[in-house]
Amino acid sequence: MNHRLKNIIPQLLTLLFVLAVIGFFTINAQLNMDERGIDFGYGFLGQESSFDVQFSLIEYDGSHSYARAYLVGLLNTILVSVLGIIFCTIIGVIVGVARLSPNYLIRNTAAWYVEFFRNVPLLLQIFFWYYAALRALPLPENTEPLFGVTYLTVKGYYIPRLIWENFDILFYSILAAIISIVIIKNYAKKLQEEKGQQLPVFLISVSLLVILPALTLITGMVQLEVALPVLKQLSKTSFIYADGISVPPELLALVLALSLYTATFVAECVRAGIQGISKGQKEAAASVGLTPNQILKLVIMPQALRIIIPPTTNQYLNLTKNSSLAAAIAYPDLVLVFAGTALMQTGRAIEIVSITMLTYLSLSLAISILMNWYNKRIAIKEK
Amino acid sequence: MRRTLKHLVYLLTSIALLVSFETGAFAAKKSKTLKKTQKMGFVRCGVSQGLPGFSNADASGNWTGVDVDLCRAVAAATLGDSGKVKFYPLSAKERFTALTSGEIDVLSRNTTWTLSRDADIGLTFVGVNFYDGQGFMVRKSSGITSTSQFKSGISACTNIGTTTELNMRDFFNSKGIKYEPVAFEKADEVVAAYDAGRCDTYTTDKSGLAAQRTKLSKPDDHIVLPETISKEPLGPVVRQGDSVWEDIVRWSLNVMIEAEEYGITSANADSMKSSENPAIKRLVGAEGELGAAFGLDNDWSLRIIKQVGNYGESYKRNIADTGILPDRGPNQLWTKGGILYVPPAR
Repeated sequence: MNHRLKNIIPQLLTLLFVLAVIGFFTINAQLNMDERGIDFGYGFLGQESSFDVQFSLIEYDGSHSYARAYLVGLLNTILVSVLGIIFCTIIGVIVGVARLSPNYLIRNTAAWYVEFFRNVPLLLQIFFWYYAALRALPLPENTEPLFGVTYLTVKGYYIPRLIWENFDILFYSILAAIISIVIIKNYAKKLQEEKGQQLPVFLISVSLLVILPALTLITGMVQLEVALPVLKQLSKTSFIYADGISVPPELLALVLALSLYTATFVAECVRAGIQGISKGQKEAAASVGLTPNQILKLVIMPQALRIIIPPTTNQYLNLTKNSSLAAAIAYPDLVLVFAGTALMQTGRAIEIVSITMLTYLSLSLAISILMNWYNKRIAIKEK
Repeated sequence: MRRTLKHLVYLLTSIALLVSFETGAFAAKKSKTLKKTQKMGFVRCGVSQGLPGFSNADASGNWTGVDVDLCRAVAAATLGDSGKVKFYPLSAKERFTALTSGEIDVLSRNTTWTLSRDADIGLTFVGVNFYDGQGFMVRKSSGITSTSQFKSGISACTNIGTTTELNMRDFFNSKGIKYEPVAFEKADEVVAAYDAGRCDTYTTDKSGLAAQRTKLSKPDDHIVLPETISKEPLGPVVRQGDSVWEDIVRWSLNVMIEAEEYGITSANADSMKSSENPAIKRLVGAEGELGAAFGLDNDWSLRIIKQVGNYGESYKRNIADTGILPDRGPNQLWTKGGILYVPPAR
């Protein structure tokens, strides 16, 4: 009994302390707001927002509610984070491996890249890409096409718009391809365990993924129209490309800056992971006759990943949070749209800031959970 | 004996209560903000991060502008020295939070007076020191001379957190024009983006356009279109809940405007004490007890006029002589064809 009490009392005290702190802040905020005649409530979320946003993944204009504006900002934040995470992972892995290259030039280029980009403040890099690099792009009317049908201009990157008919059939065909790939993979595993035969699983998977959707297109079940960007004149000297999709330069600059910056940290995680595997592992694998490719895939990577994943998760979280610097270059992310414009128009600082904080917290937790799940999956399983 | 004691206690308590009510009522008349300001020795004033003519700091950190002059007037009235102001440069987004949270006591930052701002978020607008309206700036080379030439697909740069964003939507919607709003947090970022060709037009209050135009790399290559799409009465703001402080700021502004009306300038203010006109005598503190109502001395308005000048002087010094808006337009006295009309100081 005495022992249990001893355990509980400190916990109770901590709980009381936390509650007291929260209570103090709540009461303090309430008193101050009462004194200044500010009321508190989340009812404004349903009101018409009456401001427009430059770039949105869902249908939105000023006649929608503040809640919808919040969703627009959130989706834009997620978009830039996902793009950033994908690109920083690709660049990071390449650079991390390159830093261990036996080639002097490659090794040192990679090292210089890492040292340069991780030691310059991120906000400065964002400004550089937005105000210096992308500003040097030509005006729409002077732009030469890139890849034939896309145009990279100072007003944005114009790409063709794809108009699908019966898109759901295409979607099902892709789903079918993925399911058959899983089945084939299991079969190949069984085949190898029982008879020692190996199937070219990768080749089969890729061709399935290409052939099945392609078939739906060829047979005419799914139709695809491409709307190419067309130059349109707005005034004597001002042009844009209409009809296509315009990727705003703000998004390009932000993704570039975020992924180049975070990639340096990912590269260091990758390098640490690979260097953390003892040389003996590689030599032992070679001595049982595995090819260099198999050594990397079956021996080095599974072990290296265990070292790489946890610190890389932190980098993904940093990238997501750093994406809030978007406000500086007019990319309409959560901070600019919701904690910026919406906050100003409604004046509801406490409500909006609390929602924004909770949102970033949830985003970060979601990424952590996903990465922890992946980490657990690749961890050593005691049999 | 015991009874007497009880009575005595009752009597004393009621006296104590009465006295405390009395002093309480007296204290309430004195402004909390004024007391704090006088204790600190300076007025905490929120201004813009750099808008020539309104609030702009030079290389050595001296602030000038009509918005700045209002802060100086409040300092002259309450502290006796127009130099005792601490300026807080704020973005459009930060300004109201800075005021409601008590970081500043006056917000004089080309802020539009609207119903929702006045009623909703713990602010009180005390008056108008500049009548403005939203307009558009375009490149001369575009050949556009009127907003009727705008076409769908146009991109418009502006600031976030301003009435501009809302007016712009109303304007383009009513014309059925699809537009791309590019909204930045700081005015300097808007100027840089517009200058680089990111946007076809830059929209904000016309005075702002005229002022920001001077910051462009080639100001003469740009014009402000004639149309005005909104009413933007700009004025100083205080926190809700301190009505005496509110009155001090309101009448600091009114005194400047009324001084111009009666021809009192920083140069002739002292000699006006011997004027025949009682309205003038009241303004320079030679008659009446105007300051007492705020808990100020009687020379408060004289100090404003002597140290800061009247509204016309402030306008000329900051907006006309700098070439931003030489024509006073609506910001002229009602007696001279404008709409500046303030209640009498009496």
